[in-house]
Amino acid sequence: MSVARFKVVHAGPHCSVQDAGRPGNMRFGVPASGPMDRLAFDAAHAAIGNPQGGALIEVSMGGLTLECTEGAVGFAVAGGGFKVTLDRETLGPWCVASMVAGQTLTIRPGEWGSWACLAFGGTLEVETWLGSAATHAQSGFGGGAITSGQVVTVAGAERRDGRATAIEPPTFARPGAKVPVVPGPQDRFFAPETLAALTSETFRIGDAYDRMGVRLSGVALPVAGSLDMPSEPVLKGSVQVSGDGTPTVLLADHQTTGGYPKIATVPGHALDAFCQSRSGDAVRFVAVTPEAALKQARADHDRRAAFLGALAEAPGSLADRLARANLIDGVTDGGD
Amino acid sequence: MTDFPRFVAVSDRAVLAEFGDQIDTDIYADVLRLDRALAAQPVAGLIEAVPAYANLLVVFDPLETDHDEVSAGLRALLDGAQDAPEQTTARRVAVCYDGDLAPDLEEVARQSGLSVEEAINAHLSGDYSVFLYGFAPGYAYMAGVPEALQLPRKPAAVRGVPAGSVIIAGPQCLITTLTMPTGWWIIGRSPTPVLTGDADRPFLFDVGDPVTFERIDRAAFEAAT
Repeated sequence: MSVARFKVVHAGPHCSVQDAGRPGNMRFGVPASGPMDRLAFDAAHAAIGNPQGGALIEVSMGGLTLECTEGAVGFAVAGGGFKVTLDRETLGPWCVASMVAGQTLTIRPGEWGSWACLAFGGTLEVETWLGSAATHAQSGFGGGAITSGQVVTVAGAERRDGRATAIEPPTFARPGAKVPVVPGPQDRFFAPETLAALTSETFRIGDAYDRMGVRLSGVALPVAGSLDMPSEPVLKGSVQVSGDGTPTVLLADHQTTGGYPKIATVPGHALDAFCQSRSGDAVRFVAVTPEAALKQARADHDRRAAFLGALAEAPGSLADRLARANLIDGVTDGGD
Repeated sequence: MTDFPRFVAVSDRAVLAEFGDQIDTDIYADVLRLDRALAAQPVAGLIEAVPAYANLLVVFDPLETDHDEVSAGLRALLDGAQDAPEQTTARRVAVCYDGDLAPDLEEVARQSGLSVEEAINAHLSGDYSVFLYGFAPGYAYMAGVPEALQLPRKPAAVRGVPAGSVIIAGPQCLITTLTMPTGWWIIGRSPTPVLTGDADRPFLFDVGDPVTFERIDRAAFEAAT
């Protein structure tokens, strides 16, 4: 099997190995982890022709520069509107291409988005924990952080040149100004006017943003009465309110239990685009019922499946595409 | 409000089964009863169940089931649940209370009006069991610290507390698994790994397990680490 190797020339903080995650371990204090933007994760694997769910590199706003030191391999980038360059050639932001030893791939923050996924045509050689390579940030368990100087190895590396293409990011991948929330489960800790403020006021994405969660700025959401609440289980997407009334949306590496009340929860299908928000972005919450959120989760699944299915279809080899282009040209010529 | 148990729909994909709103052994027994019944007979579409002091979070796949079906399934489980046989296993945890491994032990003893030896014996005498995991992987919250040793947490957290530290605050005790800051009192160090490294049984405790601490000397601690 052919191998491709990379030297990490630069990796910003919060770049890490992620796979589909390790659900089922919250009862032991372990969140599922996995990609911040699952749509981007699935899209990168689909576009490079991998089976879903494998390990890839999640790139933060800190950016990533890889130099290929051995072999040749195809790759896909999806998620956000990052600046992707291969040597001096600008690709992407969502794209499939290949690189060979001596070439350098750079992924830097671009017009929008906070997280990009970089998948290779092959298998990333990484450590696993509890059967998953997803990195849990605080412990470093799983595939681990990607750090400057380290070597990244892809086993079974394939170029997959027939897949090289530019991908138009779907509009639903972008963060919207309106974010759905299901009120509760600890909304009883808040006065009616505070619950109303959650959906009538504008909040902003704060500076404290990592894989554990993002703090929001805006009006305080004071907890009515005492904060005497036994620790309760926490779901990803919970909007947890601390003692000073500051809401934090808990994300991929969240704590599994917590003693602060959760005023509302952002449903799973809305979290991927939400995670692509940036510090300073305005957020307006819109209350939805659990039933409506579930219905939307199903509709969103179908929309994603259609998008990913189309992405998984290889555009074909260069020769195939030239043949198609000639055919179209031929028809046009014939009409002259 | 007295209308427990309650089944609260959470987001697009979970139900929170609530048995009360305080830390109470009867309420907690109800949580464990449903948790065990669910493990024995999972509802359709179940992804995972997360027990805490007074409630159980049941996470499901929204493509396969919905809140009403899951709530109905949980209700049926509760109605049918016998007093499930105890499925807990008594666990033993070794602790070394030597000075440098127990930087807060003297202060804990002083504030409790005990000698260091009395404080150690008080800790060893506690009736501990694991109530829930939280905070970080393998952080098993045990209740059972004797009243004589119950102190509020420190005013400020200390950074870089090593993994394996045995820490207490109020009625709670836990063994850290990562190097982390903590505001709890560090009264010893355990060589017993909570993250076992065993793929078949990666965590030492199941929720509900009773735990006994056993004192070891420095030589035994060094030999075990």
